[in-house]
Amino acid sequence: MLRWIAALAMALAPLPAAAHKPSDSYLALRVEGATVHVQWDIALRDLEYAIGIDTNEDGVITWGELQARHDAISAYALARLNISAGGRPCSSSAVEHQVERHSDGAYAVLRFAAVCPEKPGTLEAAYALFFDLDPLHRGLARLESGGETRSLIFSPAQPRQRLALAERSPLRQFLDFAREGVWHIWIGFDHVMFLLSLLLPAVLTRQGGRWVALSGFKPALWKTCVIVTAFTLAHSLTLSLAALEVLALPTRWVESAIAVSVMVAALNNVYPVLERRLWMIAFLFGLIHGFGFASVLKDLGLPRESLLLALVSFNLGVEAGQLAIVTALMPVAFALRESWFYRRLTLAAGSLVIVALAGVWFVERAFELRVLS
Amino acid sequence: MLITGNCAAAPFVPADPKEVLERLPEAPGDLAAQELRQMRRELGRDPQNLELALRVARRYIGRSRAEADPRYLGYAQASLAPWWDAASPASVLVLRATIRQSLHDFSGALADLSLALESQPHNPQAWLTRATIQQVRGEFAEALRSCRPLERLAGELVATACSAGAASMKGQADESYARLREALARERPVTPGVRLWVLTGLAEMAQRLGRSDLAEAHFKEALALAEPDAYLKAAYGDFLLDEGRHREVLALLKDDVRADGLLLRLTLAERAVQAPAAREHADALKARFAASRIRGDSLHRREEARFTLYVLNQPHEALRLARENWNVHREPWDARIYLEAALAAGNPGAARPVLEWLRENRVQDVKLAGLAGQAAR
Repeated sequence: MLRWIAALAMALAPLPAAAHKPSDSYLALRVEGATVHVQWDIALRDLEYAIGIDTNEDGVITWGELQARHDAISAYALARLNISAGGRPCSSSAVEHQVERHSDGAYAVLRFAAVCPEKPGTLEAAYALFFDLDPLHRGLARLESGGETRSLIFSPAQPRQRLALAERSPLRQFLDFAREGVWHIWIGFDHVMFLLSLLLPAVLTRQGGRWVALSGFKPALWKTCVIVTAFTLAHSLTLSLAALEVLALPTRWVESAIAVSVMVAALNNVYPVLERRLWMIAFLFGLIHGFGFASVLKDLGLPRESLLLALVSFNLGVEAGQLAIVTALMPVAFALRESWFYRRLTLAAGSLVIVALAGVWFVERAFELRVLS
Repeated sequence: MLITGNCAAAPFVPADPKEVLERLPEAPGDLAAQELRQMRRELGRDPQNLELALRVARRYIGRSRAEADPRYLGYAQASLAPWWDAASPASVLVLRATIRQSLHDFSGALADLSLALESQPHNPQAWLTRATIQQVRGEFAEALRSCRPLERLAGELVATACSAGAASMKGQADESYARLREALARERPVTPGVRLWVLTGLAEMAQRLGRSDLAEAHFKEALALAEPDAYLKAAYGDFLLDEGRHREVLALLKDDVRADGLLLRLTLAERAVQAPAAREHADALKARFAASRIRGDSLHRREEARFTLYVLNQPHEALRLARENWNVHREPWDARIYLEAALAAGNPGAARPVLEWLRENRVQDVKLAGLAGQAAR
């Protein structure tokens, strides 16, 4: 009975109210020709438990202690990861050791190349790290090959994975990235609002401080084209520069500036400051919108070998989406341009609504608050 | 992008061999940890030794409770490996149930316990674990039934603590609290583990009754007993947050950045007093929740809902998580985060399942009653 009571203390309240991050290793595999480049991040805590790194047992792992165990770590880890191609094992090169800090502590980084006898059609990976010591351990892997990125999880229930490395055709890649581009402009409310604010007055002109309808369709079309082209040129430029990592701006700054751009564009419809050269606003702020597109493109995971293809197709997708919106909007705006409804309700009141909305975005983004949810 | 999303920085080569890369959770003078290491080595030489394996597993489960670290659950499972997938003896089944419960595999855990109780109907650990799981799932009547055999098997205090928790959620909050308090005063001697558990329960019950003064006294007594476990720290942290005593939360949890749940409470307090570490800690939590999603884990939904609501300020997403969490986990805090998210999202109607649950069970909880009042309006 007493033995039971002593044991009782452990079954009491439910545990995971305050769980840690469990043990994971991160495995990044990149296939280039017959070589698989590997970066493997393994938690120091786990290595300590498995083979011991804290040699002087002071509860602290120093870089010196880790260095002294590098050979043992390589031997232990590499014996638990087998990569083969078409049934024939790939041989590992010498390991380069680094350190990385993850959200839950320091990790040993092992970099090496696995050289396969031939360019693999299917890659087999067998993973067994720590499964004997901690069955809750997982190997979280990312495989990059032929412009495609896949995530996989190794677990005791699934320690082996066979991966067909069919190359994604350039056409397939082109279509995939173009679709992402269209999708982004479609759901990117802020980009649409910006364009809308600039295009609403394109069917009108200012005369003596009032809006007057343009008489012909041709001048309206011309104004629209100039604005859209300026916006496109500007954001294509910065999208490319950011995607190629020539230029970088902090996301929070970019997102806030995009909100400001929408406010300025809409405000200009209510209190026109710039009446004729709207393309200048379109170009100037288009530069900032390009950075916004770039962060989306980066999140999609850019394939190294086909960066240019991804960039061009994503951008073309954005343009196509944009063109669809403009094509739908223009004729309607033109038809309604003389009505009270268009000038007061759509242009004036609509622009004010956009200003307010963009103001909220700005506050949310600049101060990381949540106003609208 | 998914994987590197977890990385704060790029790999590097430290310049100084003396540079400290990691502090291990076991302090160098930790005798219990040394002893456990020794036992583990022994078990390595003799892996079929069931008696030793059970001892090692219990110690690791105890450590995982104290530190809320799932690695220790994995170590416990590994020490039971020869019996894990086979037709296991009842003693292994009970531990397997405890581990499964901790990983939120409640039905697996209950199945293990039923099997264990078939061969060992007098195993108090099995009954208590079963009652705990049933209570966590909001099955209070079943939990009360599981507590009943404990009167004979484990004595009055343990049986009372078991049933008072469930009964207090079934419209008998005042009586249950008084009953448990008396039982604790009567019982001699009480092991520190059981005392800690009973005091934590009393504190939570007093808190639900709106008696902050009593709750505070129970928490203080529990904290003074021994090194507090993660559950107690989290509960006291929540109490202090509710009382607006943020500085005390900082003092309580400043060294607990490893456990996600404790780091969450620390971060909430830091944000309230605008401490500079708040942002870094919020980023760390975000990365850890993202990492656990890559793993396919859904252990942290309650914590993640709270984080999403109060740190990310995304009530709709928080409501989605709180609702998912509600499907498996039904304790007062699960109800609370659900109600709070629904109210913040401007969608009090979404919390109807919680309102019905509160009404059906006649749950007495001042905090929940207040929220439910707002949601029903």
